[in-house]
Amino acid sequence: MKHIIEGKAYVLGDDIDTDQIIPAEHLVYSLSDPEEKKNYGKFALSGVPTENAGLPDGGKVFVSEGKHESEYSIIVGGKNFGCGSSREHAPACLQIAGIQAVVAESYARIFYRNSVDGGFLIPFETQSNLTNETKTGDELSIDVEKETFTNKTTGKTHTMKSLGEIIEIIRAGNIFEYARQSGLIQPSETLNSP
Amino acid sequence: MDMTITEKILAAHARKEKVQPGENVWVDVDVLMTHDVCGPGTIGIFKEQFGKGAKVWDRKKVVIIPDHYIFTSDTHANRNIDILREFVAEQDLPHYYDVGTEDYKGVCHLALAQEGHNRPGEVLFGTDSHTCTSGAFGMFATGIGNTDAAFILGTGKLWVKVPESMRFEFTGEFPSYIMAKDIILQVIGDIGVDGATYRTMEWTGSAIMKFSMEERMTLCNMAIEGGGKNAVIEADDTTFEYVKRRTDRPYTVYHSDPDANYFFKKTYNAADMEPIVAKPHSPDNKALVKDCTDVKIDRSYIGSCTGGKLTDFLAAAKLLNGKKVAVDTFIVPATVEVEKDLQQEKLDGKSLMDIFKNSGCHIGDASCAACLGGPQDTFGRTHGTEVVVSTTNRNFPGRMGSKQSEVYLASPYTVAASALTGHITDPREFFQ
Ligand code: SF4
Repeated sequence: MKHIIEGKAYVLGDDIDTDQIIPAEHLVYSLSDPEEKKNYGKFALSGVPTENAGLPDGGKVFVSEGKHESEYSIIVGGKNFGCGSSREHAPACLQIAGIQAVVAESYARIFYRNSVDGGFLIPFETQSNLTNETKTGDELSIDVEKETFTNKTTGKTHTMKSLGEIIEIIRAGNIFEYARQSGLIQPSETLNSP
Repeated sequence: MDMTITEKILAAHARKEKVQPGENVWVDVDVLMTHDVCGPGTIGIFKEQFGKGAKVWDRKKVVIIPDHYIFTSDTHANRNIDILREFVAEQDLPHYYDVGTEDYKGVCHLALAQEGHNRPGEVLFGTDSHTCTSGAFGMFATGIGNTDAAFILGTGKLWVKVPESMRFEFTGEFPSYIMAKDIILQVIGDIGVDGATYRTMEWTGSAIMKFSMEERMTLCNMAIEGGGKNAVIEADDTTFEYVKRRTDRPYTVYHSDPDANYFFKKTYNAADMEPIVAKPHSPDNKALVKDCTDVKIDRSYIGSCTGGKLTDFLAAAKLLNGKKVAVDTFIVPATVEVEKDLQQEKLDGKSLMDIFKNSGCHIGDASCAACLGGPQDTFGRTHGTEVVVSTTNRNFPGRMGSKQSEVYLASPYTVAASALTGHITDPREFFQ
């Protein structure tokens, strides 16, 4: 786990659902094939209507044509981020596109669980809505241990809501590592042979 | 004891006397369901984590139901089915409903019920957000991602944060033109798309308990559209009757205690309910149907796990019988059993299928079809700026295919009435 996450912000609004994060027609690529998997990065956030893509102005391309990685590393969202389907492709596609953390006012439950249990990205919750004071392209810095969010462009720092006991799974990497480290999975079940 | 049904089921499966909302517990899983979209990813993670030769924790507790992308020429989608087949053969799984064979069923949430996998008191996880549908049977059921599903495949366990419960009571009796779909749209409109996040939506009251199992499933199906973790309705004679016809496996019935704690309680008078739509692009964008009659539509769609069951088609047929639709109308039975029922169930001596054909509807094969857009050649998928009135559960931008299309969610009565007039129409106009 990284202690400091830094990079450019990509700002979205409220109720960003999983069909906007990765439209259903793209759910067919393999996530185990390293080459094919890149398609998920390529189409990440491709369902977001243009006017809402990269606030406040909109019209900001998340992943440039021909690429599968974004120039942005942190998503700032409003409330109910990741609502909709249970598709794990949603946090996965954001990770493939290079997103390390989402900072939102609140999350839909399954997206939150998937992000943590699969170790795709860290879903931070904020005390207030930060989408109004963050612009797409602002330089951000997150201190994971201190749970603080700094907008280096505006110079403002906020304390985020505590990750609580979830931090244990994030530290371990994913639910499997967590279960192994805490003895929930017996050694016989851990034959992670290559 | 002062626990809700959900707390009791989770306590029993965590082998504890009592659990509290907010507490994280590890529960034993009774059924894990997956389908063609998430199954291959789940299998991939399972092998990566538990080894190539690993066996699932209990072959009888895994249910695999291909239903999403099955009638398509998309090669990636078809490869997903091949991966499922290979895994089923290798693990010798008894509950697999393969497409293109006699075993094929259709949409997983209804198939689970029809094949006897929904049993009161059990814990069911599925790699589909509408797994909450099964809560209609007085069980704990919720959607999860591939990683969690792979974890269950290997261990038979998963951690759950015990949810707080919200109780929605409907007293009295619903008017004849009101369906479960109106009720869930009303409630989601009242609480918002995140109003039940992390929580249980528990349904109760005389009007609810008069609903058939299919209507109860509609109600529980859309709990996720309110952000809910699960929905639940106490099992009663209606439940026992349905389950008896599908399975002889024993089960346990739980009731909420009178002094159980609820995060929120609301009582509605059933007789006051009115037909509701959710306008684009959110299931909580509630409006009365009678206030939207100026909305012209290009298409109507009756299908999905929410609105593609026999009850839904009976309702639609009642209105369409002997009349012609004014716009393209798509009929998609959720499962093969519903498809058969459309041939067998009669209204005025005509089968429902004939009623739909005679009124000019397009009829698709049992599956999810355009409920989630899907590959370009999916039946009923939108491609442009269509305005659709639909019995499905989501109207997010692009959900039915095109980002420019606009979807209104409504009950089968409202969708059928609107199909006849070409604009959003209150079904009461056809009810005398
Ligand atoms: S019918 Fe629609 S909502 Fe139901 S399982 Fe299929 S895609 Fe999901």
